[in-house]
Amino acid sequence: MTQKNRLMSGGRINRSKPLSFTYNDKQYSGYEGDTLASALLANGVDIIGRSFKYSRPRGIVAAGAEEPNAVMQIGATEATQTPNVRATQQELYPGLVCGATNGWPNVDNDLMGLVGKIGGKAMPPGFYYKTFMYPKSMWETYESYIRKAAGLGRSPNEYDVDIYDKMNQHCDVLVVGAGPAGLSAALVAAKAGARVILADEQNEFGGSLLSSRETLDGKPATEWVNSVVEELSTFENVALMPRSTVNGYHDHNFLTIHERCTDHIADRAPNGQVRQRYHRVRAKWVVLATGAHERPLVYGNNDVPGCMQASAVSTYINRYGVVPGNELVLMTTNDNAYHTALDWHDAGRKVMAIVDTRKNPSGALIEEARNRGINVMVGSGVIEVQGSKRVTSVSVAPLNEDGSRVTGSVIKIGADTVASSGGWSPVVHLSCHTGSRPVWKDEALGFVPGSTVQNQFTAGAINGEYSTEGALGQGVESANDVLKALGLDAVSIALPDTDEPAQSESMALYHVPHTKPTSQAPKQFVDYQNDVTAAGIELACREGFESIEHVKRYTAMGFGTDQGKLGNINGMAIAAKMLNQSIPETGTTIFRPNYTPVTFGAIVGRDCGELFDPMRYTAMHAWHEERGAEYEDVGQWKRPWYFPLKGESMQDALNRECLATRESVGILDASTLGKIDIQGKDAREFLGRVYTNAWAKLAVGKCRYGLMCGEDGMVFDDGVTSCLGENHFLMTTTSGGAAHVLEWLELYHQTEWPEMEVYFTSVTDHWATMTIAGPNSRKLLEELTDYDVSSENFGYMDWKKMTIAGVPARVFRISFTGELSYEINVQANYGLHVWKALFEHEDKYNLTPYGTETMHILRAEKGFIIAGQDTDGSVHPFDLGMPWAVSMKKPFSFIGKRGMQREDCVRPDRKQLVGLKTTDPNIVLPEGAQGVFDPNAPIPMPMVGHVTSSYWSANLNRSVAMGFVKGGSERMGEKVYYPLVDGRTVEAEICSPVFLDPKGERQHV
Amino acid sequence: MLHIYCPHCCEYREEEEFHAKGQAHIVRPLDPDACTDQEWGEFMYFRKNPRGIHHELWVHAAGCRKFFNVTRNTQTYEIKEVYKVGEKPTIVAE
Amino acid sequence: MQHYSGFGLLKHSLSHHENWQRIWRNPTPKKKYDVIIVGGGGHGLATAYYLAKQFGVTNVAVIEKGYLGGGNTARNTTIVRSNYLWDEAAHLYEHSMKLWEGLSQDLNYNVMFSQRGCLNLGHTLQDMRDIERRVNANRLNGIDGEVLDAQQVKEIVPILDCSSDRRYPVMGASWQPRAGVARHDAVAWGFARGADAHGVDLIQQTEVVDFIIEDGTVVGVKTDRYGEIKADRVGCVVAGNSSVLAAKAGFELPLESHPLQALVSEPIKPILDTVVMSNHVHGYASQSDKGDLVIGAGIDGYTGYGQRGSYGTIEHTLQAIVEMFPIFSRVRMNRQWGGIVDTCPDACPIVSETPVKNLFFNCGWGTGGFKATPGSGNVFAASLAKGEMHELAKPFSMFRYHNGALVDEHGAAGVAH
Repeated sequence: MTQKNRLMSGGRINRSKPLSFTYNDKQYSGYEGDTLASALLANGVDIIGRSFKYSRPRGIVAAGAEEPNAVMQIGATEATQTPNVRATQQELYPGLVCGATNGWPNVDNDLMGLVGKIGGKAMPPGFYYKTFMYPKSMWETYESYIRKAAGLGRSPNEYDVDIYDKMNQHCDVLVVGAGPAGLSAALVAAKAGARVILADEQNEFGGSLLSSRETLDGKPATEWVNSVVEELSTFENVALMPRSTVNGYHDHNFLTIHERCTDHIADRAPNGQVRQRYHRVRAKWVVLATGAHERPLVYGNNDVPGCMQASAVSTYINRYGVVPGNELVLMTTNDNAYHTALDWHDAGRKVMAIVDTRKNPSGALIEEARNRGINVMVGSGVIEVQGSKRVTSVSVAPLNEDGSRVTGSVIKIGADTVASSGGWSPVVHLSCHTGSRPVWKDEALGFVPGSTVQNQFTAGAINGEYSTEGALGQGVESANDVLKALGLDAVSIALPDTDEPAQSESMALYHVPHTKPTSQAPKQFVDYQNDVTAAGIELACREGFESIEHVKRYTAMGFGTDQGKLGNINGMAIAAKMLNQSIPETGTTIFRPNYTPVTFGAIVGRDCGELFDPMRYTAMHAWHEERGAEYEDVGQWKRPWYFPLKGESMQDALNRECLATRESVGILDASTLGKIDIQGKDAREFLGRVYTNAWAKLAVGKCRYGLMCGEDGMVFDDGVTSCLGENHFLMTTTSGGAAHVLEWLELYHQTEWPEMEVYFTSVTDHWATMTIAGPNSRKLLEELTDYDVSSENFGYMDWKKMTIAGVPARVFRISFTGELSYEINVQANYGLHVWKALFEHEDKYNLTPYGTETMHILRAEKGFIIAGQDTDGSVHPFDLGMPWAVSMKKPFSFIGKRGMQREDCVRPDRKQLVGLKTTDPNIVLPEGAQGVFDPNAPIPMPMVGHVTSSYWSANLNRSVAMGFVKGGSERMGEKVYYPLVDGRTVEAEICSPVFLDPKGERQHV
Repeated sequence: MLHIYCPHCCEYREEEEFHAKGQAHIVRPLDPDACTDQEWGEFMYFRKNPRGIHHELWVHAAGCRKFFNVTRNTQTYEIKEVYKVGEKPTIVAE
Repeated sequence: MQHYSGFGLLKHSLSHHENWQRIWRNPTPKKKYDVIIVGGGGHGLATAYYLAKQFGVTNVAVIEKGYLGGGNTARNTTIVRSNYLWDEAAHLYEHSMKLWEGLSQDLNYNVMFSQRGCLNLGHTLQDMRDIERRVNANRLNGIDGEVLDAQQVKEIVPILDCSSDRRYPVMGASWQPRAGVARHDAVAWGFARGADAHGVDLIQQTEVVDFIIEDGTVVGVKTDRYGEIKADRVGCVVAGNSSVLAAKAGFELPLESHPLQALVSEPIKPILDTVVMSNHVHGYASQSDKGDLVIGAGIDGYTGYGQRGSYGTIEHTLQAIVEMFPIFSRVRMNRQWGGIVDTCPDACPIVSETPVKNLFFNCGWGTGGFKATPGSGNVFAASLAKGEMHELAKPFSMFRYHNGALVDEHGAAGVAH
């Protein structure tokens, strides 16, 4: 197909590099330097989508980030499908495959369009709130149709094949936007030696200068752009970032930049390259030179393909060598848009009329138009266009002075393109992200940035300064403001001369009246993407939605992927008029990040998959791997859960591990337990304050178990702490709680008791810990040490320094299984060596490795709790049946003491931890089962507590369980019932939680 | 994203290195056992939570592990002052 | 009140929608009301609606400093569920759920409550224990719930990566089929319309700057726009501003106000039918009728009233989402925003009398306020009507922080506080 709208010459495209691409399964061609939008227009493609509510055909309206309609599905493969890419921002690359996101059977002939035509009248804003309510049961059916109709593109169904990067950046000044203001600002800051980042969303720098025919110093403006970019690229203190959108402006001058590294090359990044990179920038200062978007005017049927923004038409002609039609009608409220008619005329196509809404426009541009014989119709407006899939004609009518009503008869003019301009809206989005409210500037007919607490300056059109000369000057000024703030000397640069003609006053007009009332006129679109019309906004106001936020939410104005860049101000103006207010009184809605949408993957970077969260392994991990361990995630740790032998079920493995441990000896990798080294002359006193029990008399060489509570008296961690020296202790914590406990200790030390001399150091990773447990554990230990480990020399709850397998070790004779047990601690890098040395005696003692699950079973047989499983932050030591672990007589009121004595904490009917013996010994209660006293009570049943721990005990040949029961400690021998999800009700007897060896004889051998 | 000056490291560091720990200057009663339930509850839970100038406790968790105080505007998020535990703020709400 | 229906829409389309009634009046306040509700968000409007409709107290004003439903009602991720752990919370949220189930018809306003179900994923053994515990409690409390294994989860959400090689593999989930989502703005508007129709005065753009307190009893409020307005009882429902108003009444609350951020993707074709939440990887998602993926996570660690939080939280949230749904990597984030949530130490609300007589506070809903809207309004209305707390509200007295009778719902709160 030929590019029927492509000019023979001109534009910044590379005519020697033709590219072919596919749109809706059809091949087209364009050139390097095209955007997808310019290529589609060059090929005369009018319809690129269907509207969301009425399924009306839509064409390209704009040429940049503000485009509401041309939102495409891109991707040649399933894995590279990308939804909702704006064609005006997508550079063309060879082989690009894209399609419209809506329309069935296709976008040109969409059956839903019929629904829109027929039903559209009954679908004013908020219609769904007023219907689909009856019958109640039908809502979800209605809803499924609504859902199907909504949505733009589709998510890929396969995993992303590309990679993304993140980068942290610091700079003295981040200049956002590389138009005339941004370029001059960057150059000044660069010359002063400041560290500069200049970022622009487009593929090349220049901003508005890329699209206009104005000159600087008598030469095409792009020559000046090239010279500045060339100069900037010589500075080492300057980073130039094209294709990089500054998307978010966060507190304390933190900004994010979305750099698209390869999206202009292919839909999949070339091998080894990153598709997109997200920059996290901490900028000392920011200069916003983000420019302005042209506002199209609101008139009847203004969404018919062929209706465009005036500046976009100029951009397509001047930058891409594409004239998007044959016969143009331009409607404008200002002089500037006359450029578009001149561009069109000079491109050799016909300007049917310039419709100027002002009564008496005058000035050089108007003269120039008249001199070329263009029909300039003043004091008039295009009140509607005709045509379904493309504009065929326009209706022009005279307007009164303020443009509020039609004053005369309507004439029709044949045309296929309508360009309109209602002035400019400064791009204030970034300046609003941190909560600054924009303020209305009458002379600029737009909102400009308001006051801010950020280190921010602004330059150019964002301030309502729409001339190139003004933008250049403000760029220099803002950069010098930054230099001053940085304590650097001011810099002056020679600015080029501009050739801008003087412009006369613009007219404040947003909504062109029709001969009919708005409610009866053809649809006048304000927000194209969400099908929000002027009539809709008026209806919202009539219905009482008087806050602009209500209008926005009721009509969905500005909720699209373009976030209302084109439509918001027009919508506010229409609402303001309805409410008899000025636009600033009506106010604006708040802009939020992102300025334009950002790929999830780019924000995630590499921090997913295995890098989602660091994995912590113990020193013996390789051995566990070899033995085929199954793992449990505990905090960030990967802990062996159990060690199945070939063909063994989990329960088989657990039974074997449990029996072997109690019969001979088992071994557990306990390295993950938190370990905190505590030193200082007040260390002992400190322990007494943070633990519930007494520490004053713990002798050197001894170990003691302790409970740690919050000020509320509720247990949050537990562990054994050993006295290494008079002023030296080693505290252990739960595996998941180590960091929290350390911060807790530091908090109390630094804020409450800074006078105490005590130091805390995390030593978790310094030590490898292996627990050997079982009647043969002493014999096993003796195989590896010459130290006298007899009961006489090395008693229960003692610790000793010794040499094991040739390396120095601390051995703690403590037990979490109720067996004779030793916890061997060696320097972590010796861990695997010692572990392997122990396993040299594997066969002799049937040394059996076990994981966390067997550890849980063995401790449950003994009634030992696990903090976090048998506690949930709402139980105190007395609830746990552990009064022996609390010393109420300590002189210092330890943390938790007062809390556990509050009124509600001393109720006798609190839930208390007890043992639970199922009447049928073969039933293992599910953990989490809820108990009741009366199994026949109706729902809601009064619940009395849940099962916290429950296992099959191979050693006892029955189930064992622990759980909370209301007043349980006084109900020994009574029955409690557990109605289960599967319909069974399990009966259990309340008993002591110590199921095995209640006298503790096994660990005292 | 806050940029916080650690008065112990004497450097600006990223928010990710810090943990916010709530209202500053809450003193644990010297004699908890003499407190009523109400007094103890107020110590544990009841907070000023102002809109505007707020004195709060932070810890340089992934840095020097030191706690310190920050005076911050909870509306604009401006940090007005940082000071060490035990010191008094010079900027306070009117 | 004008009745809304599909037929009415057709009828009005013939007159070009020019004759729709105002959805609510814009009245000048009277000198005195029986009840003043401070705060015109969802909870406040629901309170006014039920006060007037169910309890016959119609001399009521709702005073809102901005626009109706403009606080957290306008900013939440619209999830509705009632699968809370403790009886007290479960009963309150289930009361709310039952009201949700007939709300569109009751209000004659389609709040688009859609019971598409909610999965709370478990990724560790302890997660699964907690899920078992909660689901068992729910069922015995008469609340629907199931415990699913990874395979069953996969059947409900095929696009969720349930493979065992993820960093934190999905081990299972709790599933509440009756849970779902609703159209948040519509909830506020529907309640406002209903309240207005029953004679409640909705006073917008008016800030309560102080209370009039005589001998420890509140007798009215001072406003910036209309001066003093008297009332027999005053109920404050001002999420994100509760501590500030409490300070004006002379007391502190056990609250901290934190930013809670959320984000949406661009609209995409339907791909996610249910609500999927994960405490462990820390993110949740659903898809709106418009096609946006609606995504949230936890609160920011610091307190803040700025309706925005830190970018790092957004980063972590999206990491979690892409970890759960790797196919979304190329989908794009459209917009992020923040609300201000008042969090309580036990992740449960305060619906309570206060140290000032006839002054009542309803606050501290943390991240769980939206789902409670009808229930909260209903029990608060009952309490304001009678001058004493409703049975379901009693456990949520602010004085529980004195005696220690906390209701710790951190596990069920959906996101860590």
